[in-house]
Amino acid sequence: MNQKNIIELKDITVRFDGETVLDHLNLSIRDGEFVTLLGSSGCGKTTTLRIIAGFLEPDEGEVFFGEKNMNGVPAHKREVNTIFQRYALFPHYNVFDNVAYGLKVRHLPKAEIEQRVHEMLRLVNLEGFAKRSVAKLSGGQQQRVAIARALVLKPKVLLLDEPLSALDAKLRKDMQVELRNIQQATGITFIFVTHDQEEALSMSDTVVVMNEGHIQQIGSPEDIYNEPQNAFVADFIGESNILDGVMKEDYKASFSGHTFRCVDKGFEPNEPVDIVVRPEDVDIVPAEKGMLKGIVTSITFLGVHYEIIVDIGGFKWMIQTTDSAAMGDTVGLSIDPDAIHVMKKSKYSGLYGDYSTFSDEMEEMNQMSEELAEEYAGELAEEKEDEE
Amino acid sequence: MKKRSLLQRLIGAPYVLWAAIFIVVPLFIVAYYTFTDADGGLTLENLKSLTEAEYRKSFRLSILYSLAATVISLVIAYPFAYVMSRKRERTQKIMMVLVMLPLWMSLLILTYSWMNILERNGLVNNLLTSLGVKRLNLIGTPGAVIFGMVYNYIPYMILPIYSVMSKIDPSVLEAAEDLGSGGVSKLYRIILPLSMPGVVSGITMVFVPSVSTFYISQKLGDGKILLIGDMIERQIQAQNNYNVGAALSLVLMVLIVLSMALMKLFAGETDDNLYV
Repeated sequence: MNQKNIIELKDITVRFDGETVLDHLNLSIRDGEFVTLLGSSGCGKTTTLRIIAGFLEPDEGEVFFGEKNMNGVPAHKREVNTIFQRYALFPHYNVFDNVAYGLKVRHLPKAEIEQRVHEMLRLVNLEGFAKRSVAKLSGGQQQRVAIARALVLKPKVLLLDEPLSALDAKLRKDMQVELRNIQQATGITFIFVTHDQEEALSMSDTVVVMNEGHIQQIGSPEDIYNEPQNAFVADFIGESNILDGVMKEDYKASFSGHTFRCVDKGFEPNEPVDIVVRPEDVDIVPAEKGMLKGIVTSITFLGVHYEIIVDIGGFKWMIQTTDSAAMGDTVGLSIDPDAIHVMKKSKYSGLYGDYSTFSDEMEEMNQMSEELAEEYAGELAEEKEDEE
Repeated sequence: MKKRSLLQRLIGAPYVLWAAIFIVVPLFIVAYYTFTDADGGLTLENLKSLTEAEYRKSFRLSILYSLAATVISLVIAYPFAYVMSRKRERTQKIMMVLVMLPLWMSLLILTYSWMNILERNGLVNNLLTSLGVKRLNLIGTPGAVIFGMVYNYIPYMILPIYSVMSKIDPSVLEAAEDLGSGGVSKLYRIILPLSMPGVVSGITMVFVPSVSTFYISQKLGDGKILLIGDMIERQIQAQNNYNVGAALSLVLMVLIVLSMALMKLFAGETDDNLYV
């Protein structure tokens, strides 16, 4: 990997029907990198990809391939190729003709087309399938055809729009490894879009976390996981206990009524901050030895470890540990200094609560059912009065 | 093939009965009249009489005009259907209603209206004279007849083509662009082959009613242009000659079945791998 930028997006803004989908986005992609755009649906990741592919013109901002401004250059004149979410194979062509498509459009000599297509089919393990109709292939095989069809053109950059989302879990893992291998073998820059954080962490050199048309953080998978920039990233990547805290002084963070030693510095004295503690970094110890004390409210056995929810002063911590505990036990928590990650306050502070529920949807449902129950109780009472 | 249950057979029964009485039986009646003379004796005279110049001419005109109408319909309908299929859903619905609108009115009324519009003192000629152009004889020309066919049957060309076009996955078109296809290459490598089944049924649905029409040619052709349909009508209505009329019908039917078989053969290549 060298340090030259192969693609650069400068100050890109896109609006659909007055709604801003990308908001002054800046992104540089280095030659030979495996970059993943990660975010939930509607975050702008696919829009970013479509701008690079040339299917969409930004309302503002510039797209550069190397030194060249690509604004206004249509998709068919760009040296990037795309793997589409549902593969978008040509249903009226067989495997060979699908892969040969781009070469035929370029009017290459027949012998060369033949040779390059077969070489590609070998690379994706579809050698015997040249004459098969694409409709008769399994999802994984269709995926391989799509990969071969794009790579046969030797693009400088390959764009992948959630290419694995339609595959089952095990096949997905295999394809992750395979894509990574292909990327390393060919040295082609991959720009991969996904909403699956595990996929992003396991495959990429660089992860770009996006939300609401903004880039939240760019970094290596380790950086993103260990040093999230704000509460959004911490919550989106992996599991995390996100607490409201105060940075007393360098290396001293206070939260949940206790002051902890930590490894972060450079904050104002007594600056309010967000604290992230990953569930696997918390140890359960006897209550008297813990830095914090709480009551176990739930235990789930997950095979590799237990997921234990501990209520500490109303905040439900998630702890992943191989030690078991019993419901209702009072236990102590011990946290090492390097397990505490301190973040500046952001607009996402306080949005991500504790582990009373795992999803926002569940939380809303709980709230709603409480309200409905109250209403219902009220109605019942009224009915009773009427009867009397 | 799976054996059908009693219930399935019962559900199908009313239509089978209908088809038997109103389609199969009449076909036999047509065949009977074709091969018999006025006294009921067996003969091939009816068929032989069709080789007369008058009949040959109307067969030729029928095929020529309906082919012209089909080609014109296709040329207009194809790009229209493509544009329509790429519009927003709301716009598509409005366009669809506009295309269907003429189908809600009787063909007789529509054709009669066109007769009024195109005649010597009609709307078109009044407009032309007010612009200082000489009056034109529109009614009674082949152009008017072909126009009538196109006008009446073009919805049947647009609908099937639009239907297959709207099923083309937009990402397939993007994939073609992505792999280097500009507009023309995308059209003949992707859009044309994928829309072929719609084109084939559109051609059939315009050609068949055009080739057998009699009303359009009668009204817009001012009785000067006699197509096969007109010949059949004349034999049966005016001359009360059921035998020759039946022979004409039978030949027309064979012609239509042959052309449909030909289309099917032509479409067969693409059809197979499309819908698995």
